[in-house]
Amino acid sequence: MNLNKPTAHEIVDMVGNGKVTAVEVTESCLSRIDEVEPVIRSFIRVDREGALSMAGDIDRRIAAGENPGILAGVPIALKDILSVEGKEITCGSKILQGYTAPYDATVVRKLREAGAVFLGQTNMDEFAMGSSTENSGYWPTGNPWDPTRVPGGSSGGSAAVVAADEAITSLGSDTGGSIRQPAALCGVAGMKPTYGRVSRYGLIAYASSLDQIGPFGKDIEDIALMLEAISGYDPLDSTSAPVEVPRFRDSLVDDIAGMKIGVPRECFVEGMEEGVEEMFRAGLEVFRSLGAEIIEIELPRIPYSVACYYILSTAEASSNLARYDGVQYGVRNREEKSLLSMYESTRKDGFGEEVKRRILLGTYVLSAGYYDAYYAKSLKVRRLIKDDFDRAFSVCDSVVMPTSPCTAFKLGSRMADPLQMYLSDIFTIGVNLAGLPAISINCGFDREDLPVGLQIIAPPFAEGKILRAAYTFERNTEFHKRKPEL
Amino acid sequence: MTTKHRHETNLIFSKKKLYETVIGLEVHVQLKSRTKIFCGCAAGSGGEPNTRVCPICLGFPGVLPVLNRKVLELAVRAGLALNCEVSEFSKFDRKNYFYPDLPKAYQISQFDLPLNGPGYLDLRLEGKTRRIGITRAHLEEDAGKLVHFENDGFSGVDYNRTGVPLLEIVSDPDLRSPREASGYLKAIRSIMRYIDVSDCDMEKGSFRCDANISLRPVGSEKLGVKVEIKNMNSFKGVERAIAYEVERQREALESGEEIIQETRLYNADSQKTFSMRSKEEAHDYRYFPDPDLTPIVLEREWIEGIRSSLPELPDPRGDRFQEQYGLPEYDAGVLTAERQLADYFEAAAALTTKYKTLSNWIMVELLGKLNEADLEIKDSPVSPIQMAGLISLIEKGAISGKIGKQVFAEMFKTGKEAEVVVEEKGLLQISDTGELDRIVEEVISNNPGPVDDYRGGKKQALGFLVGQIMKATRGKANPGLVNQLLRDKLYNP
Ligand SMILES: [Zn+2]
Repeated sequence: MNLNKPTAHEIVDMVGNGKVTAVEVTESCLSRIDEVEPVIRSFIRVDREGALSMAGDIDRRIAAGENPGILAGVPIALKDILSVEGKEITCGSKILQGYTAPYDATVVRKLREAGAVFLGQTNMDEFAMGSSTENSGYWPTGNPWDPTRVPGGSSGGSAAVVAADEAITSLGSDTGGSIRQPAALCGVAGMKPTYGRVSRYGLIAYASSLDQIGPFGKDIEDIALMLEAISGYDPLDSTSAPVEVPRFRDSLVDDIAGMKIGVPRECFVEGMEEGVEEMFRAGLEVFRSLGAEIIEIELPRIPYSVACYYILSTAEASSNLARYDGVQYGVRNREEKSLLSMYESTRKDGFGEEVKRRILLGTYVLSAGYYDAYYAKSLKVRRLIKDDFDRAFSVCDSVVMPTSPCTAFKLGSRMADPLQMYLSDIFTIGVNLAGLPAISINCGFDREDLPVGLQIIAPPFAEGKILRAAYTFERNTEFHKRKPEL
Repeated sequence: MTTKHRHETNLIFSKKKLYETVIGLEVHVQLKSRTKIFCGCAAGSGGEPNTRVCPICLGFPGVLPVLNRKVLELAVRAGLALNCEVSEFSKFDRKNYFYPDLPKAYQISQFDLPLNGPGYLDLRLEGKTRRIGITRAHLEEDAGKLVHFENDGFSGVDYNRTGVPLLEIVSDPDLRSPREASGYLKAIRSIMRYIDVSDCDMEKGSFRCDANISLRPVGSEKLGVKVEIKNMNSFKGVERAIAYEVERQREALESGEEIIQETRLYNADSQKTFSMRSKEEAHDYRYFPDPDLTPIVLEREWIEGIRSSLPELPDPRGDRFQEQYGLPEYDAGVLTAERQLADYFEAAAALTTKYKTLSNWIMVELLGKLNEADLEIKDSPVSPIQMAGLISLIEKGAISGKIGKQVFAEMFKTGKEAEVVVEEKGLLQISDTGELDRIVEEVISNNPGPVDDYRGGKKQALGFLVGQIMKATRGKANPGLVNQLLRDKLYNP
């Protein structure tokens, strides 16, 4: 039996009623990892012993008649950005090599309590800066649908492991689209919850006011299940919201009759690939055929979101990443004799090109004399973008857009042009600036048989609406059942 | 700002021009909370390096700060005591710079929206009162400490102090002399200790001060180029450093040099200041709002609740001591400088009406003994009730003032009641005329010479005879009674 193939909710049932053991499921995932990793290379670290030992514990607890939790025995991959006590965590960067995290991120603790099994850390763009996972300090990851193409990013590894059936589900983080875009490019579901829904404690910061942890899944029920496990107010995170966590699985209702879905006029941009537009329009037809009302809306400030995002996110990053100075942890260039030269050479060797580019940009926009023109102004634009969405939600229940203007592109094809790469986040960035929840689901395949993502966005803390629309779409289409041939 | 009614020692005369000294102080007060400002580590001082640290204060990847509610309360108390406008909306910002004692490479501080806005302190000095403006008093976290191992050629970092809560109190440039500066510092310290928000121990670093100093021609409204002085570790040091710096700037201005805007360090050994960095080398701290912390939003009611819990502050209390207890200004000042001392006085004053006597006993005997024993008033072995007991024994004439000192010393040593000490040591004044009669007659018959002298008109001889009686009674005789008996017997033998 290929126990790496089922969904998380199927595994929980099977492990719970004793049909299979958590160790068997974990072993299946580990052998799948052995099989496909030479091609996909989506794991930075696989923790074989750790995973089997966690699985063994779950089996013992079930045998002892204990309640093992809502994710009992589910092998999960974690983006290399989440702190796991006693494990090496590097955020995809050379500068953190050798750093062992001394504590669990809140989501990691919650997953442990829910009975999950940790397989290891997935590859990512260094410090979550990128849209292709090619900025990893280690190696690029292949897209399971075509390993010569990128899986998207920055959570490319976490998307690829679910698409390739190496892990049952995974966690990623999304600052400007880093869960949704790779989910789209790898043909899986990926959700960014409302800012504040999930604690950021233990998530290595890129841009604190935008970062949010979220799940990847093979279907919407898994997304709902994972969301239930990781959500909730956390006294360790001042920005986490003291909001009740609903039972998200109750939103899995196959009915969207009467739902008003807004489609922004601005989303049909120049440069959107034909295949993406085709499948997106087809997706809208699916919603219409299921009784939803499709309304054209306007998000006039969306075109400014990329510029706004790259000012605010890099400003925060320039400060967040200043702590990697070689003093306390990670790599230090020990040959240097003075403090300043130690700082300089440690950071010069430790950070990759894209990270340095963003630190420079962020340092610049916060400098004396430039702050008002860039940072302060961007804060105002951010407010206006949020206003755009607020206005939209006064006339519709959710907003639907393509996730990415393109499908998976060839490895190396866009590295030379950072601006072009930045523009691939055009549909996802506004959601982070406005702090909204959004999901990317598979809405079909382009002519090269590459998956296309459709994004559903809702007002703050209305994840239920998103889950309902996505679940209904999934129940009435077959796209999510297709698997890459590997 | 006017220079008219200013004391002339605040002005510096020179051959060419008359200069006015302009000083502003930045005071860092370590707030007295059990835990650090953004994590659960203990906020004490001293101890083995890096024993009061956790991933949060060490700035490990992924950690987040959470504001300590108690720190916020202490900071608001301090702001209110300094007559500041406490802001209902303030926020934290990041001050970015690289240094090994700063684990995140930024300090969480407050930039454009501080917790405590404008306030003031009425400075009493040499019989005059001047209002010194306070620009702001904001919250921030402390940094760690570098430890240099010179012999081994490397340095270490002790992060115990990292994240300890600080209140930075910034004054307006209203101070005009080194003495005013140290007077202002002492007043701030006294208030902070009074309202129990800080120990303000300069030696332990829980009270630190930087000074901005400039000179300008008298009559000029425009501020001169300012120099920042750091590293002053005592009140004397502050006075000396500022005095040195004022003199240095005056000499420079007189010889036609321009003052450079810079930061200078004070060296306590040489009592001079040395250039550390100039404005060109100054940091661009790139302040921006800390996205990890939500703005501080306070309810007016909560602020007013704290205001109503503030104790009476030193100066008003001193005024009341003069009025209510009829104490001289000096006594009132000494007794109210520390809240616990003033509380001690008032606890004892409730049990006696001899306020000035009480004041003397506290200021001379009690403070003297405490000082000798290196104890604080709160650790005094003699309680206010016991002190009042001693004074009432003296007032009743049961013991003399002189014996009282002996009794007090014993009370201080043993913690016993005055009456118990008097009883145990047999120090009760002899007021029994029968017994004294006998002793007086004995002394008269044993000293015929002085007796004749006295009777012959040498009144000084009485002193000798009294001394003899006191000697015979080991000081326990009631002096008034002895005088009375002697006179009676000398005239009516
Ligand atoms: Zn700590």
